[in-house]
Amino acid sequence: MDKVLFGDNQFFAVNHLSDEKSREQAIRFKDDEAIIRVLDSARETGINTFMCTTHDRIASICDHMRSNPEKYRDFNMFPCMPYAHKYANAVTDLGIVGTIKQYVPGNIFSTFTKGGVAYLRKDFIGLMELLIDAELKMFRGINTPVIFIQNVVVDMILGLKMMEVFKAYDSYIREKYNSEPGYITMNMPALLDALNSIGIENPIICSSINKLGFRMSGGKEIYEKYLNEKTFRPIAMQVLAAGALRPKEAVEYLSRFPKIESVLFGASSKNHIQETKELIEKSMSGRSGN
Amino acid sequence: MLVLIGKKLQISTLKYLLTSNNMLKAGIIGLGKMGISHAAIVGPHRDAELVAVCDTSSLILDAFKKFTSINVYSDYKKMMDTEKLDCVVVATPTRFHYPIVKYSLEKGIHTFCEKPFSLTTKQGEELVRLANQKWLVNQVGYHNHFIGTFNELNRLLKAGVIGELVHFTGEAYGPVVTKEKGGTWRSAPEEGGGCLFDYASHVINLIQEIIGRPVKVKGSLFNRIYSKEVEDAVYSMLTLESGLSGILSVNWSDETYRKMSTSLTLFGKKGKIICDATEIKIYLKEAALKENLNKGWTIKYNTEFAIPVNFYLRGEEYSAQIDNFISCILNKKQTEINSFDQALYTDKVIELIIADSKS
Repeated sequence: MDKVLFGDNQFFAVNHLSDEKSREQAIRFKDDEAIIRVLDSARETGINTFMCTTHDRIASICDHMRSNPEKYRDFNMFPCMPYAHKYANAVTDLGIVGTIKQYVPGNIFSTFTKGGVAYLRKDFIGLMELLIDAELKMFRGINTPVIFIQNVVVDMILGLKMMEVFKAYDSYIREKYNSEPGYITMNMPALLDALNSIGIENPIICSSINKLGFRMSGGKEIYEKYLNEKTFRPIAMQVLAAGALRPKEAVEYLSRFPKIESVLFGASSKNHIQETKELIEKSMSGRSGN
Repeated sequence: MLVLIGKKLQISTLKYLLTSNNMLKAGIIGLGKMGISHAAIVGPHRDAELVAVCDTSSLILDAFKKFTSINVYSDYKKMMDTEKLDCVVVATPTRFHYPIVKYSLEKGIHTFCEKPFSLTTKQGEELVRLANQKWLVNQVGYHNHFIGTFNELNRLLKAGVIGELVHFTGEAYGPVVTKEKGGTWRSAPEEGGGCLFDYASHVINLIQEIIGRPVKVKGSLFNRIYSKEVEDAVYSMLTLESGLSGILSVNWSDETYRKMSTSLTLFGKKGKIICDATEIKIYLKEAALKENLNKGWTIKYNTEFAIPVNFYLRGEEYSAQIDNFISCILNKKQTEINSFDQALYTDKVIELIIADSKS
């Protein structure tokens, strides 16, 4: 994995610090060209991986990449599925069965489709595979070496202790997509224990890691202990604690943990991208483990 | 005190006794979005063990049966009769709250009920009486009170930083119904579907607990935008006990919002505060030295006020409210936040708004 991963929150009005800022972002990135321009500036600074939600609008970005194969030949995308608000809003409106009906491809209630058979037999893993295929369809022909499940789903499965689901996800991503499965979580220590308990070793786990302890459930101390002592491939996100930390002090904190493989961040201007990327790379190469 | 007699007590028995002494046995009724979310929060809780769930959907129950060791039921009475539960979370459609909560209270089970509390205040009053009579911990899921920024707003208002209040606005917007269709309980007004019960209840509850209890409502409007049977937007003018008045403006058919966004704006003689779940913006005519707030604008973010939790799902507030419920049971005290009684008052305001909209 690259040391620096470029995120997509800024494009889709996700701002954990301010609802108002998120609306400003929604206005700024209303056209796909605006997103592509920022992505291209990120590429120009040497960033080679875009970690993105399976949001409807990413489909158009994928179209753009497919129609410029030379330009994006070595570019990687790390899909993060699902785009949870789509499902959450649908469940409020349609109920759980209604949501399955809306999003599982084909007619889920017809016995003649794969979905229908999976539904009638209550083949949950089969349903999950259908939903994964539906979410990942937009990425066909694009390099996706790592495929993540979003924290809402990871943490729900973790909380419900449905460990078999992780196992099924892990092998499906490896076998069908020939990619490495990744997990985004707000509960890193508990997730790592859970994955280890079902034989998933050295997993890629993306979690909040910041000096403030923001969104580090159970406290900063246990996160630090796991980062120092356990075997896994950590990706740090929310390193600026949603903007509450200055980049320099944020990165200084990360440099204490040689195990962190990559840092995920998002920004909208080329200068800001360049500055943050250099800061991350400098601190990561200065660590004792490198 | 556990007294060991001879060596007869097996380790497993000892473990059982210790577990049963320390861990609360919990059940969840209703496995929709909120119920599943509660299950995922109660499951890993250090002081509780999720032993049973109940729902009418065989699809959902089969998933729990297949992937977990939690006992599943399709009849809530059977669940509460069979399992020795210390507490339950009721997250069914609103019209089932009354019979289920009544049954759980009669069985002596501490009860957490999703919002809104009841469909009629008569039923709500009966449940409040019963919970108090039996001295059971009772809480309703108005989770905004567990969001750091709203707590900070409450504190700043109590400290009087913006002086005497002159007006307020309570708002919530989000993208629940953005196309014309219907079909679930949310499209049936008699079942508590609709934007008033689902969205506006949160705002009314925040207003009543942070600013003051509304006693009069005027000019209530229900707008149907895409739904056929229920309102998609609610507007009303509320007057509080103190005489202060303000505006309620709620719309769940606004797709310019990615998810539900709730906010309160307070106008005072010395300044103004705008608060939502992510930030609190304070404008002061003069500096408030005690609070370390300058003249003009100060913006503070939830990163500063977020309540730390051991397990996070969708927001600290969902775990923090369950932490509060469980800690009240363990410490044998009643909750100061979101009791049935407080939620009942929100139901009363909802009734006032419905009556006013028809007048």
